Amino acid sequence: MAEEKKLKLSNTVLPSESMKVVAESMGIAQIQEETCQLLTDEVSYRIKEIAQDALKFMHMGKRQKLTTSDIDYALKLKNVEPLYGFHAQEFIPFRFASGGGRELYFYEEKEVDLSDIINTPLPRVPLDVCLKAHWLSIEGCQPAIPENPPPAPKEQQKAEATEPLKSTKPGQEEDGPLKGKGQGATPADGKGKEKKAPPLLEGAPLRLKPRSIHELSVEQQLYYKEITEACVGSCEAKRAEALQSIATDPGLYQMLPRFSTFISEGVRVNVVQNNLALLIYLMRMVKALMDNPTLYLEKYVHELIPAVMTCIVSRQLCLRPDVDNHWALRDFAARLVAQICKHFSTTTNNIQSRITKTFTKSWVDEKTPWTTRYGSIAGLAELGHDVIKTLILPRLQQEGERIRGVLDGPVLSNIDRIGADHVQSLLLPRPTLTLSQAPQPGPRTPGLLKVPGSIALPVQTLVSARAAAPPQPSPPPTKFIVMSSSSSASSTQQVLSLSTSAPGSGSTTTSPVTTTVPSVQPIVKLVSTATTTPPSTAPSGPGSVQKYIVVSLPPTGEGKGGPTSHPSPAPPPSSAPSPLGSSTLCGGKQEAGDSPPPAPGTPKANGSQPPGSGSPQPAP
Amino acid sequence: DAALATVGGASSSAGGDGGTPKPSVAVSAVAPAGAAPVPAAAPDAGAPHDRQTLLAVLQFLRQSNLREAEEALRREARLLEEAVAGSGAPGEADGAGGEAASVLLSRVTASVPGPAAPDPPGTGPSGPAAVSGSATGPAAPGKVGSVAVEDQPDVSAVLSAYNQQGDPTMYEEYYSGLKHFIECSLDCHRAELSQLFYPLFVHMYLELVYNQHENEAKSFFEKFHGDQECYYQDDLRVLSSLTKKEHMKGNETMLDFRTSKFVLRISRDSYQLLKRHLQEKQNNQIWNIVQEHLYIDIFDGMPRSKQQIDAMVGSLAGEAKREANKSKVFFGLLKEPEIEVPLDDEDEEGENEEGKPKKKKPRKDSIGSKSKKQDPNAPPQNRIPLPELKDSDKLDKIMNMKETTKRVRLGPDCLPSICFYTFLNAYQGLTAVDVTDDSSLIAGGFADSTVRVWSVTPKKLRSVKQAADLSLIDKESDDVLERIMDEKTASELKILYGHSGPVYGASFSPDRNYLLSSSEDGTVRLWSLQTFTCLVGYKGHNYPVWDTQFSPYGYYFVSGGHDRVARLWATDHYQPLRIFAGHLADVNCTRFHPNSNYVATGSADRTVRLWDVLNGNCVRIFTGHKGPIHSLTFSPNGRFLATGATDGRVLLWDIGHGLMVGELKGHTDTVCSLRFSRDGEILASGSMDNTVRLWDAVKAFEDLETDDFTTATGHINLPENSQELLLGTYMTKSTPVVHLHFTRRNLVLAAGAYSPQ
Repeated sequence: MAEEKKLKLSNTVLPSESMKVVAESMGIAQIQEETCQLLTDEVSYRIKEIAQDALKFMHMGKRQKLTTSDIDYALKLKNVEPLYGFHAQEFIPFRFASGGGRELYFYEEKEVDLSDIINTPLPRVPLDVCLKAHWLSIEGCQPAIPENPPPAPKEQQKAEATEPLKSTKPGQEEDGPLKGKGQGATPADGKGKEKKAPPLLEGAPLRLKPRSIHELSVEQQLYYKEITEACVGSCEAKRAEALQSIATDPGLYQMLPRFSTFISEGVRVNVVQNNLALLIYLMRMVKALMDNPTLYLEKYVHELIPAVMTCIVSRQLCLRPDVDNHWALRDFAARLVAQICKHFSTTTNNIQSRITKTFTKSWVDEKTPWTTRYGSIAGLAELGHDVIKTLILPRLQQEGERIRGVLDGPVLSNIDRIGADHVQSLLLPRPTLTLSQAPQPGPRTPGLLKVPGSIALPVQTLVSARAAAPPQPSPPPTKFIVMSSSSSASSTQQVLSLSTSAPGSGSTTTSPVTTTVPSVQPIVKLVSTATTTPPSTAPSGPGSVQKYIVVSLPPTGEGKGGPTSHPSPAPPPSSAPSPLGSSTLCGGKQEAGDSPPPAPGTPKANGSQPPGSGSPQPAP
Repeated sequence: DAALATVGGASSSAGGDGGTPKPSVAVSAVAPAGAAPVPAAAPDAGAPHDRQTLLAVLQFLRQSNLREAEEALRREARLLEEAVAGSGAPGEADGAGGEAASVLLSRVTASVPGPAAPDPPGTGPSGPAAVSGSATGPAAPGKVGSVAVEDQPDVSAVLSAYNQQGDPTMYEEYYSGLKHFIECSLDCHRAELSQLFYPLFVHMYLELVYNQHENEAKSFFEKFHGDQECYYQDDLRVLSSLTKKEHMKGNETMLDFRTSKFVLRISRDSYQLLKRHLQEKQNNQIWNIVQEHLYIDIFDGMPRSKQQIDAMVGSLAGEAKREANKSKVFFGLLKEPEIEVPLDDEDEEGENEEGKPKKKKPRKDSIGSKSKKQDPNAPPQNRIPLPELKDSDKLDKIMNMKETTKRVRLGPDCLPSICFYTFLNAYQGLTAVDVTDDSSLIAGGFADSTVRVWSVTPKKLRSVKQAADLSLIDKESDDVLERIMDEKTASELKILYGHSGPVYGASFSPDRNYLLSSSEDGTVRLWSLQTFTCLVGYKGHNYPVWDTQFSPYGYYFVSGGHDRVARLWATDHYQPLRIFAGHLADVNCTRFHPNSNYVATGSADRTVRLWDVLNGNCVRIFTGHKGPIHSLTFSPNGRFLATGATDGRVLLWDIGHGLMVGELKGHTDTVCSLRFSRDGEILASGSMDNTVRLWDAVKAFEDLETDDFTTATGHINLPENSQELLLGTYMTKSTPVVHLHFTRRNLVLAAGAYSPQ
């Protein structure tokens, strides 16, 4: 059992104080030190002896855990009367107490009110022993039924995915189960072949993993068919059931490659056909697969990521882009990608950085359509604070200009306008949780964007509560972007102004901003919470040293035109990430990222897509 | 006769400087003191010669009117613990035993029983030569084990052997000197000589403890316990807690070390090397231990390799001596009685629920050719008396043969299906399971002292009617067997109450009329499956009975328990017919050979023994396991034995040659159950690690090199990779696999209790 383990010998003996305490409790005072010493030696030895005998009973009782009854039987072997009253299976009735430098264990005896006991309802009668039969194996193949454990635990799938060679190494105890399990799961005839292969390479330091054909049993094939049909079928109840099955059933490991291909192919076809509903269904399957605790998807992310990415940034996902709510799909898929990054990104596969680059690239490109632009930003926004801080914020101004250009400029196309509108609503986030303890400013929930005063400070919050936000173009009438600086000394912290009329510093936009919406006057205030409060309520300020610049936009008349507001850096951008700085940062990253060829698992299709060349296709 | 060059021979050759009991004096200096009687060896050989010998001596003394001597001896016999060998003067020993009437007796009594033993009392005291010369030494320890447990005086005698001592501070030096020597020896000898480390370590430590050099003992242990092989760690743990002389009394492990000579197998070359070294170094302390506590089995030829040694060592008392496995074993199967099989009614299989007794023997056509003619390796048909076949047995045999024709032929490409019977809600703890041969009934023994019997066929369990009702039945009617059953009692489950402790063993009789159960309460109970009542309680083991099993022919059964013996019983005798004593620790499992002439026992002393039912002799000792053995099974053809232990390994043995032939690694916890398929093609193993594994038994046995050399020397080379024999691993859901069974059609039934984590 413990082949390699060095023998750990416990020479522990009871402290002689214990002997004194016991002696005192029996009325023997003044026991000699020497006597104590002898007693502890003797008692410790006897206790160990009994423990060893008790172990014997544990083994014969086919248990892994020693129980009090084992000790009773061991005592009985020695003709000692067992200890009565300690028959609890799980529970050791001792309580620990310490204090005054002494530690002691005591037996807790509570006073119980008899009437309480009488009045408590009787517990349920324990069920009697019963016998239940199931198939552990059918002709060498273990059926995936609830009575059997999941065919391959997640750790094993992970081990196989990360260290495929290890699991074929022979002769190691821990590998036995791996190999055996793999075999047990493959059909019998496949196994025969598999077994013959290894000896050829015997002795070679590296052994190739034998190629095995993964055949699905008939039951599995039926299951696969049912599930996939239900997932993309028209019956919502069935779909919910199927997704539930995917998300919880333990035995799907074998079918994972099929599901993965199904999704990836499905996305490819349906993007071309602009079948929004099916794309949504497929993304829900991805979500369900990710949610299944027994599956380890890493081996399949190279198929899933392109599919998901496609659903985020594809130029067109539906037949009527102006009406259909494909934005929700993009949001949903963006969250999926973020989840994938969180689970599977490692320093070796660099999933997150590659995805980030893909998004950034398509965003930066001038010709990117608004839909793709929306997806890229949504995708980036899900990737966490750091991404938002370094990639989105610096570009806010630029993007603002662009949006303004579309919204306020000559009507090019309705689609563009809607797109721009969505991008804007994306960039103007909605209520935050951080400031929610403060009274909500305004009757309608404004968006608050809180940005640290210095780049060195972690972004305290950047919450885009888009999950709760309606995807429809109904921008809240009042928006705040609050920038807080923790140092009250520098009053020249960067100011993010949301301004339709503000003279953009260096913004050479030609859009006739001021003319269109004269009524929209942003209120820009430098607020020191210690002294005053902003007129329109605003955050009452978490810290007195913080300063806020509150930019409020009065509600506009109509939803469609929307509040024309863009963030733009305030004139003296002292320590804030300057657009220049960050864009160079991005640029540098992009260049570096472009050189290596996309490895499997990256969204190559998206990465290599020429700007504005239409919707990205998933890699096959 | 290489075996004779053992302690006996060794000690006589070394007698010159051998074990004189001078305390703390360089022992070798005393060599000339006389033809030293190897005092320490004497009690070893002597103690077992039971009191009968002693009584004979006493009687002789009385007759010869040697009153004083008699009295002295009598006193000594009581108070052997005072065997004051300490005061030395070995010279006086000769002749003192019998006639010398002086106080000298008190010093040498230890040696008296020794010389007396081989001869009638009158000639007994012929001198110390008898001690060293007699070959009785090696034969003795077996008996000591069992006797010593009960007999306190003997324990003391055993301990007193440690009385001789050297300078306690020198022990570490001696040991490290030897260690250095061994580590510097040639590679080919090093592995063999390394075997010495462990027994020497143990005995030196015990000597220090016995002589109350506590601190020296402690530091000696600290310093060297790390050198010992990992598979001894359980024993070392016991040793480490033993730090006082008082602890040694009654400590079983310690007694095991002391009462049995640790057996080492060493090539002649290595042995010579060792001997020369010890003599050169005048390292008498070690030499004494080697002589007195070790049995060195010397063989000629190449020293064994480290792997070869590792495969065989690990048991509590070293390897088996070679001659222990030399005796002839009739491992063949008995001839099946001729039974006419009606060929025409093959299609009435629906009936097979009926009365079918069963036999555990392999089927004729399956095992093939040997059905008609007598197997040359089979024992004579009437070697042990077997019960007559009843009509119902014949019926069952017919049923069995019919099933056999439908049996699935298994192989690596055709694995059996496994049906798992899970015991749910078994919170009290499932401790034993058995399945009838026809797979119609399952019995479970539980820690709450109950035995439960389930019917797993639609046929419910019914008991017979009350006597009053029975008398009303028309005994001439054809369906009288049906009529005696009481329909009102029909149920799927019957609970048998009677034991007063956990039920550790259960076994159905082959005719399914009886069930045996063994329990912590020290009894084996026989239950009737007609009335579902207890018929007999067999008392004999006074300690927990770990296992019991019916003979494949019924009538006999075997049990083994904590008292270190296995007992053979017949159902109609309330006392055991045979007691198989020899194991040095608990007998954990017992199994009958398919021909019912032998019994195999697996023990916590990490050995497997095969006993002859006819005469009670131990005919095989298999060593190699590194942990207590918890499961055993014979192959259906009777040639092989598979054993599983707590270390998770399964070992395969060739009974005829007495050799280990395979090692199956894969389980990560105790192997609780083992079973061969009906044709012996597949070995299934179930374990506490919640898996069932299937192994290719054909391949495991096919390329056995049973050439003469291997057979003669017992040197085995195990195949490197047992993974290739592994055909499948099937995880259960946190359910230890307690029992495995192949149905007559080769479906595997497995059973265990679900234990929620």
